Amino acid sequence: MKALTNRSKMVSNKELTFMESLYFPAIIKGMMITISHLFTRKATISYPEVQREFAPVYRGKHVLKRDAKGAENCTACGLCAVACPAEAITMTAAERKKGEEALYREEKYAAVYEINMLRCIFCGLCEEACPKEAIFLTDEIVKTSYERKDFIYGKDKLVESLDKRIDITKRQNKY
Amino acid sequence: MAKVTIDGQTVEVPDGTTILQAARMIGGDVAPPTMCYHSKLKTSGGYCRTCIVKVSKGSDKDPRPMPKLVASCRTTVMDGMEVQNNTSPEVVDARKGVVEFLLINHPLDCPVCDQAGECHLQDLGYKNGGEGTRFDFERRTFERKDIGDKIQLHMNRCILCYRCVKTADQICDGRVHGVMNRGDVSEISTYIEKAIDNDFSGNMIDVCPVGALTDKTFRFKSRVWFTKPMDAHRDCKKCSGKVTLWEKGDEVLRVTGRKDQWGEVEEWICNDCRFDHKKITDWVIEGPRKIDHKSVISQNHYMKLAQPHYKKLDK
Repeated sequence: MKALTNRSKMVSNKELTFMESLYFPAIIKGMMITISHLFTRKATISYPEVQREFAPVYRGKHVLKRDAKGAENCTACGLCAVACPAEAITMTAAERKKGEEALYREEKYAAVYEINMLRCIFCGLCEEACPKEAIFLTDEIVKTSYERKDFIYGKDKLVESLDKRIDITKRQNKY
Repeated sequence: MAKVTIDGQTVEVPDGTTILQAARMIGGDVAPPTMCYHSKLKTSGGYCRTCIVKVSKGSDKDPRPMPKLVASCRTTVMDGMEVQNNTSPEVVDARKGVVEFLLINHPLDCPVCDQAGECHLQDLGYKNGGEGTRFDFERRTFERKDIGDKIQLHMNRCILCYRCVKTADQICDGRVHGVMNRGDVSEISTYIEKAIDNDFSGNMIDVCPVGALTDKTFRFKSRVWFTKPMDAHRDCKKCSGKVTLWEKGDEVLRVTGRKDQWGEVEEWICNDCRFDHKKITDWVIEGPRKIDHKSVISQNHYMKLAQPHYKKLDK
């Protein structure tokens, strides 16, 4: 039968030589390679004791920022939600009442702000769309869980706490 | 009949037609943008200057060009007139200046404003405006005011187009709404803070091109682009009952009049329909409202739902 291509090779059925039939040289050659790898640098690290350095613009868990006086920046304008390609963000707006000026920066604020971390693809478009410098992605990692409901992050998990501010100066646009 | 050429396109219109109306008959980009002109309101127009065009040939009898740019909403056509709108760099530049003037006192609080997404000034600024302002001084500020219990006036955002004043004059009986003071300090006001209790006063919200007059029952409820506009009607003794419902799920968040492609109300609706019938069972739903695909409202993936209905409309 004529071969379809000229790349096919004929299988040789030749007998092993004496040295080859001992197998030991080949085994020793293989073991040398294995053992030499014990002394090279490891490709893995033992997380979480050791952590890799993150890029300054790593896109991890979101944070809702407060301004210098501690008032929330978000005004629930909905631009992050409309920019979100995964439709992970929902919010409900409310009007700021008298006496709440220290809590919210503008007359409208987000009473409910939820990000579904299972839907989120961490693309950072919400951060880009935000006109109020309110939402940023951080180098924190979203924690694992067994329950789906644990991945719907409300304001309790997203808004930064007053005494533990999150530094995002590295990722702010400088132009 | 008069033959008029606008941006190279000729159209024959009846005598007494304005350049703006003639341009709208051609349609598309030829029609200049407007802020104060409203086709359903008599004597509206002539304040904002956004619709300025260049008349490069006055008429067949007198072919001299007009010496200055003219407001197309107030200038009637002549036979053989030639008009330049987008094709004239002079007009484009002047319009950019007009937008800068309109934005001198207009606050940039679009993230808070309920009109954002259907605001004519936003569209105008996006399409014709420059990047920044050269104005160095403080913007004028006013306190927020309630006109009646259903309408809120943000005088900061007002561009003094007089549309609401004309509406109050022509639709309501008795004048309760006007402009006080002059120049930089002029402000919309009801006489001595008198609440408007006319049945049609809610139409002031619809005619307002910016977010100066807003519906208090819709205040901060939702952004416009998260709601679904649906055409609906009901039997109403006072008005035609033809409205647009803005729904979120099965909830009716807002009721407005139907706006045509120029953003102008087709038929006035009464306050009963607008403010007091916010149950979906009050209305007979006709189908989705046609929204321009350039509008942010169509970002709601609403177009996909509405597509089959649109095909029916277009037939």
